Amino acid sequence: MAFKIIASQCTQCGACEFECPSGAIEFKGENYVINPDKCTECEGVYEAQQCASVCPMPKTCVPA
Amino acid sequence: MSAPIISLESLTTTTSSGQLLTTAKSGGCASSSCGLSSRPTDMDSATWEKIKDHPCFSEEAHHYFARMHVAVAPACNIQCNYCHRKYDCANESRPGVVSEKLTPDQALRKVIAVANEVPQLSVLGVAGPGDACYDWEKTRATFERVAREIPDIKLCISTNGLALPEHVDELAELNISHVTITINMVDPAVGEKIYPWIFYRHRRYTGMDAAKILHERQMLGLEMLSERGILTKINSVMIPGVNDQHLIEVNKWVKERGAFLHNVMPLISDPAHGTWFGLTGQRGPNAFELKELQDRLEGGAKLMRHCRQCRADAVGLLGTDRGQEFTLDQIPVEVAYNGGKRHAYREVVARIRDDHLAAKDQAITTLASVSARGTLQVAVATKGGGRINEHFGHAKEFQIYEASQAGIKFVGHRQVEPYCHGGWGEDANLVGIIAALEGIDIVLCARIGDCPKKKLMEAGIRATEAFGYDYIETAISDLYATEYGDDLSQATA
Repeated sequence: MAFKIIASQCTQCGACEFECPSGAIEFKGENYVINPDKCTECEGVYEAQQCASVCPMPKTCVPA
Repeated sequence: MSAPIISLESLTTTTSSGQLLTTAKSGGCASSSCGLSSRPTDMDSATWEKIKDHPCFSEEAHHYFARMHVAVAPACNIQCNYCHRKYDCANESRPGVVSEKLTPDQALRKVIAVANEVPQLSVLGVAGPGDACYDWEKTRATFERVAREIPDIKLCISTNGLALPEHVDELAELNISHVTITINMVDPAVGEKIYPWIFYRHRRYTGMDAAKILHERQMLGLEMLSERGILTKINSVMIPGVNDQHLIEVNKWVKERGAFLHNVMPLISDPAHGTWFGLTGQRGPNAFELKELQDRLEGGAKLMRHCRQCRADAVGLLGTDRGQEFTLDQIPVEVAYNGGKRHAYREVVARIRDDHLAAKDQAITTLASVSARGTLQVAVATKGGGRINEHFGHAKEFQIYEASQAGIKFVGHRQVEPYCHGGWGEDANLVGIIAALEGIDIVLCARIGDCPKKKLMEAGIRATEAFGYDYIETAISDLYATEYGDDLSQATA
């Protein structure tokens, strides 16, 4: 149970990194990546996944 | 009147203040003892102190001072229909576009490198892509670093306003003296057509809900800034058929809430930009529609007419962008600030500004003395300093002035592809320039060749180099007196 970022569509704005309540998102090498071990899909914290809610690119933060 | 002339090249390329003072023409009294301090008569001195070095907040200042933007805050909390976040191209020049995103430390290096080389630099702005208030930690880190190294640089931000209220106190603490808020509507029904969604308090809102929240936060933020004496400029994107008439209402609302300046900018829309408006065929306004709206807004919140809709990483005087000279790969890893050029330049500007103001006052007197009524549309080729000091063929833009008995009004600028290419005239570009100068009576420039002059004349536009290196206002008032005055002998040529 985790989300992932489609790197080719990512604008690298970094909004998801600081919105993630689990600290699961990091800039690694040339891309933002979601650590599946830390991602909780925001369950129990927020109604909707924060990364997908703030991301300016449609269908870029999606279920892994 | 005689006036000391200072070539802008000497100001921008030399290092010693002695050289900076070199005049291009014999000068007379510098009139710095007049005590005018170049302050326009309709403004209190505290406000003038805040804007006199800010090219975006003062039309007068934009002849002398330069801004730079650093793209340190790429994250945004709203989606606008005129923005596509994937867009990135060094050849494009428009807001939100940037080639290089910077960390706060990289931004500091860049600001120091520019400050060492561009003496006109007076303002550092964080203006996207993204939102300076939403991506606040990076904005703050950048400003803290720069203020430590270059304490006299003015700091400003541009924001959509959604996250503004929670940062107003910190903005004041950081001495951020100027804030621009983009406000395109005061009616959520209009906003719904511009903003598909916002991200606020951990959730995404769409439709009317989104526009309503954004509107409330914008108004609150503006009021809070006004209470703290932070000057605000309101940017509005004019979108024909969507908010063009509505901007009259926006102007009233922001004026009531203390906005210092209102800047109505034309929508830039092209399918190639990938924006919703671009892809759906929404057009931008033409120059005449824009001016018509701006004229209707006269008398409300003061209008900014000298905006060039610069890139989010622009460097230099408005109308020029030296950003490509200062990309990170051209900047040494270790760079120390040397304020020599900036300080020398400021001394010169302080002296010539009073002289410029005296010339403006004289111009107004000249206009008022003309009995016949009429207007003149004048296009000016200038490199800055308030003078006609650019060659026709080198001009990338013309500044447009409207002269009447009541005075000389700066009404905008028209961008062109320069006529000269590698020393040769480009006829295709001349066609474009003539089209861009539609409605203009006279072109004033430092030099112009016989051929383009003749072609312009055939199109009904006169061009003259007779006023080369004069102050713009002096030249226009003399021209006006020649056109409409009774006594032609008084006019200089």
